[in-house]
Amino acid sequence: MKGPYFEEVEHTADRALLVRGADLKELLHNAALGMLQLIGAIPRSGPSREREIEVQAPDRESLLVTWLEELLFAMETRGVTYTKFELQITGDTHLFAKVQEMPIMVITRHIKAVTYHDLEIEKTEDGLVTTVVFDV
Amino acid sequence: MIQKQDFHKLGPVLWEIPTSYRQDMRVPVRIIADDRLLEAALSDKSMLQAVNASTLPGLVSYIIVMPDVHQGYGFPIGGVAATRLPHGVISPGGIGYDINCGVRLLSSHISAKVAEPHLGDLANALYANCPSGVGVGGSLRLSIKQLDQICRQGAEWTLKNGYARQKDLERTEGGGRIEGANPAHVSPRAKQRGRPQLGTLGAGNHFIEVDVVEQVFHPEAAQAMGLEEGMLSLQIHCGSRGFGHQICSDYVRELQGAVKRYQIQLPDRELVCAPLDSPEGKRYLSAMTCAANYAFANRQVLVHHARRAFEQALAGKVSDWELHQVYDIAHNIGKIEEHVVDGEKVRVCVHRKGATRAFGPGFEELPDEYRDLGQPVLVPGSMATSSWVLLGTEGSMALSFGSTCHGAGRTMSRKRAKRMVRGDRLREEMESSGIHVRARSMPGLAEEAPQAYKDVDAVVEVVVRAGIAKKVARLRPLAVIKG
Repeated sequence: MKGPYFEEVEHTADRALLVRGADLKELLHNAALGMLQLIGAIPRSGPSREREIEVQAPDRESLLVTWLEELLFAMETRGVTYTKFELQITGDTHLFAKVQEMPIMVITRHIKAVTYHDLEIEKTEDGLVTTVVFDV
Repeated sequence: MIQKQDFHKLGPVLWEIPTSYRQDMRVPVRIIADDRLLEAALSDKSMLQAVNASTLPGLVSYIIVMPDVHQGYGFPIGGVAATRLPHGVISPGGIGYDINCGVRLLSSHISAKVAEPHLGDLANALYANCPSGVGVGGSLRLSIKQLDQICRQGAEWTLKNGYARQKDLERTEGGGRIEGANPAHVSPRAKQRGRPQLGTLGAGNHFIEVDVVEQVFHPEAAQAMGLEEGMLSLQIHCGSRGFGHQICSDYVRELQGAVKRYQIQLPDRELVCAPLDSPEGKRYLSAMTCAANYAFANRQVLVHHARRAFEQALAGKVSDWELHQVYDIAHNIGKIEEHVVDGEKVRVCVHRKGATRAFGPGFEELPDEYRDLGQPVLVPGSMATSSWVLLGTEGSMALSFGSTCHGAGRTMSRKRAKRMVRGDRLREEMESSGIHVRARSMPGLAEEAPQAYKDVDAVVEVVVRAGIAKKVARLRPLAVIKG
């Protein structure tokens, strides 16, 4: 695959991530890693805990938004971050993930929401690419 | 890319992109700007986003864009759009995730000169008393029943529970309570996020700022507002916290299906919407109102904390440390209002995303002391520059659905600002110029550097030239508290 798995791109007021993946599973995985890097979440040392997340959405762009929102919600309400993701995708509309959760020690930046702004998952020669804009 | 030649110049600071620019535009797009601010608006995607917003069904007159505009998501930040009731649409993305993000200003009789030796202590006390930062909860743990009461009652709940004075509510937009809230239309997740966060500032561009009233331009209005040159004032900028963010996220997701059902074609999925008289539109409006009421209550509880901080830091050192409400106003909201369109009074839903309501003299809702003057408008600058107190005018009613600018407006991305500015150096510079800074995150501080914003004074000059606001007073920062 050409280019990094994710990279921040310019946006005047908010934050935007260009994300690549060989397939939808990898794209969603890389989007989660990119979002965690934007947030700057550092876990507290200690044992991690495995948790299962299941997400359903009407199309793949909505699946991406709903998946990232699911992680943000847990981060805010339970004070956790993630060290590992194992994803399974069924069709373009169902995601099952096993994640390793750890309590957050430091969080640098707040993300209010994952937006649908200009959101389109596009095919390229070697996989999929999209740009996700976060409201911060 | 939209260019300057795509605009028709309608006046010295008024420009229009006609509907002929793109086939799917339903109304023109207007911008209030001088040449320099128009060029700034053309440097990112803001005007394209305004053109996209002009495709929404049920719009009246035009989309109008303020001179502090910058690129957002879906709508531009600084955009105003009015849709006609009952069939026009409401768009959550046209209001934003931080529902009823807004500004509150309080005045005092504390001389900045007398308080100067104690400003560091005051900054510390504000930082200690007003919870701020990412995911930080407040001292209140609301039950679901209490949260539902706040959804319906807004700032009135804070009055009943000892966090407010009657005058605070009288000097708040809509009395701090908007009718029509229905907490049954708010998800359990939003309630889970909202319960611990009442009375918290959050992070990002939210702040508490101690200012000095540097110059008064309209003595009569300043006197009515209690603003006196050389005296301290306090600004609070924040919104509905995770509660509002979740409500917006829930409905942007839900309405993805509604646009298909109502066969609405959109150039951007963030613009999803539903007719105001549809079940989906009504549900969103009532849930959005819950978040708007929560935000009024949130800023009120923060005022309660700030009053305690002023007492802790200044009691016995100044003769009167009281804070008096000047006004509290939203700049991310959808409001059902009556406006004159083509000579006819019509009911519309005014989407203000990064724009401030600026109703002119005679508006019934205003307290007696403001009614003949017009509604106070609060325009915070970036953290090391001026902020402004303005008045709404008849001109804003005629030109911009009773709206004006909301701030300086960003001109540089956060990524670039962080590359160009170091948070610790910025803090040192601000401290050496006499501004006390308390911030949890140095990268967060760097992102909010004044260099990342337009010149708020230039923005204010343009809205005054356009006749959509009048100057009352300019404030200068002395202490900044950030999450």
